Amino acid sequence: MQAADTPQRSYETPVPSGMNAAGLRRDARLERLKLFGLSSPALLLVLVILVIPVGWLFYVSFIGANGQFSLENYERMITRKSYARIFVTTFQVSLLTTGLCILIGYPLAYFLSQLPSRLASLCLITVLLPFWTSLLVRTYAWLVLLQKRGLVNDWGISLGLWEEPIKMVHNMTGTLIGMVHIMLPFLILPLYSTMKSINRDYMNAAANLGASPRRAFWNVFFPLSTPGLFAGSLMVFILCLGFFVTPAVLGGGRVIMVSMQIVSNIELFVNWGAASALGVVLLVLTMAILWIASRFLRLDQIAGGGH
Amino acid sequence: MWQAAGPATGKEKDRVLSTANTQALPISVSHVTKTYGAVHALDDVSLEIESGEFLTLLGPSGSGKTTLLMVLAGFTRPDHGSLKFGDREVIRTPPHLRDVGMTFQSYALFPHMSVAGNVGYPLRLRNVPKAEIAERVAGALETVQLGGFGERRIDQLSGGQRQRVAVARAIVFEPRILLMDEPLSALDKKLRDQMQIELRSLHEKLGMTTVYVTHDQREALTMSDRIAVVNHGRIMQLATPRDLYEKPANRFVADFIGDSTFLPVTRRGQQIVFEDQPLNHAAPAPEAPSLLLMARPERIHLLTGTPQERMNTFEAVAQQVIYQGDSYLLNAQLHNGEIMSLRGAVRQGTVDGLPSEGDRIRLGLAPEDTVIIDGRES
Repeated sequence: MQAADTPQRSYETPVPSGMNAAGLRRDARLERLKLFGLSSPALLLVLVILVIPVGWLFYVSFIGANGQFSLENYERMITRKSYARIFVTTFQVSLLTTGLCILIGYPLAYFLSQLPSRLASLCLITVLLPFWTSLLVRTYAWLVLLQKRGLVNDWGISLGLWEEPIKMVHNMTGTLIGMVHIMLPFLILPLYSTMKSINRDYMNAAANLGASPRRAFWNVFFPLSTPGLFAGSLMVFILCLGFFVTPAVLGGGRVIMVSMQIVSNIELFVNWGAASALGVVLLVLTMAILWIASRFLRLDQIAGGGH
Repeated sequence: MWQAAGPATGKEKDRVLSTANTQALPISVSHVTKTYGAVHALDDVSLEIESGEFLTLLGPSGSGKTTLLMVLAGFTRPDHGSLKFGDREVIRTPPHLRDVGMTFQSYALFPHMSVAGNVGYPLRLRNVPKAEIAERVAGALETVQLGGFGERRIDQLSGGQRQRVAVARAIVFEPRILLMDEPLSALDKKLRDQMQIELRSLHEKLGMTTVYVTHDQREALTMSDRIAVVNHGRIMQLATPRDLYEKPANRFVADFIGDSTFLPVTRRGQQIVFEDQPLNHAAPAPEAPSLLLMARPERIHLLTGTPQERMNTFEAVAQQVIYQGDSYLLNAQLHNGEIMSLRGAVRQGTVDGLPSEGDRIRLGLAPEDTVIIDGRES
């Protein structure tokens, strides 16, 4: 067994105590100060563009129409049915988008992770390519493709797949198609990096021990890929909760999410308090989800992936 | 050590793996070739491994030894050739149906399973009842001296312990063939030496046909029944450790295993001569276009009085003496400029009496140690 039995050496006796101690302590303190100095511009930035506005948001959400402190913005959310429906829709769309992203993204990430690395990086670029095009362009492209006399309907009818033009836009279907397309890279990237870090020997070992490829996948590969899957799904879900452009364009006003209600509160009703209160609720909900998720996985994996 | 449990109590005895249903299988490799582009990773390899044998594939990195092991395990598909386990042709059998145990260089222990989960996994795949799995896992862990470690996580284990778990997982389903890919390369020297003895005695106990891959010649010599020296995708020589060391087939093998001095010699009639000096040699010289005298440093004598009869002697000039703790190395230059190295054990007095630089000395080599080999590299 490992030799853990090296005798404990005593460091106490011969060294004169306190030799250079004060100087060494000062060096350590100076080093900490320098480190803090380096990060202070970033800290200042976070304070100015994050902490202050969010604090202000909180403050405004508690101001009523008469300019006094009031809870009316929050009361409205509870009493009006339309608000409940908006929250349900938001969660529904986010969950469905996340689920569809997993269904499409997992096999794709798996496929990429098994490719030779040169080919894999080429394919990854194609996955990332949409990031370099404007979100608005991509969303309107879907609008063009999916509309009544769009490319998809034309082809479907001329191929005899369906007879009448199908309504694929300005409804839930269109919203989901667009959102899945936009969100897919956010799932694939962390998933791919986790899968890539799974040592190929694990699958070989499972096969050697008698596991068919399918059993080896479910017993070994899938469990080892779950950190990336959780991280990617969480990222997609949270981004979906506050998503505005794509559901606004492709939903055509029929799919109303929290972000759209915030916009109409400001643009239509010029009610900053109501909009702020919605923002606060969305923020709190997101943080609650993150907190629950953090009990299941380490949050730093969302950014980095891997182990 | 993994000694047999000995006269243990009945309960104790049941927990240690029995050898009864582990019948070893012979392995027959014939004409296996694998090319990557223009490179022959395996070049028409044929090899018969006997049932229950401990055979080592020894070679430098890139020699093809690991490729051959991967062909045996089924992870590498050769271009052509045949592979038989016993009478069964398995060259096209997928790895999960080959029923061979294997340990990986990286150990490949599943990080999301406990030690017991890892060791029990092959049994779970074979639908062994739960109670029996627990029993056999405990037995296998006992066999590798890790009794009671079942609940540990893999990342709580040291390198040596992981190695043992990997072995337990490879033997728990009692395969008839065990493949080991550089299993000790990640361990420090002390532990490696200890594990070599343990793996060897485990093999003696379980008796499965074992194919072991290493690049460490001492490890190969210590553990194997026979060693196949591999280079450039071909088997250079297949022999017992002793034959390999004493009668290497060519210069590559002689150079790869142990240290030696090589002197060019020629055939003149019936005799082998070095610089006009006829040599006495016990074993016949091979038929080859170029010949070399292989002199192992520890077999060379530093002569002081009259040499024994028939001993070959070489006049030389002493160069530096290198002190290496258990032995010393004395380099000496022959007249033709070649350096001959001599190794001697360090005992009281031997080092102090050694010649100093520039002294004229005489070196002796007994006929039995005067080995004439094929001078070609392969």
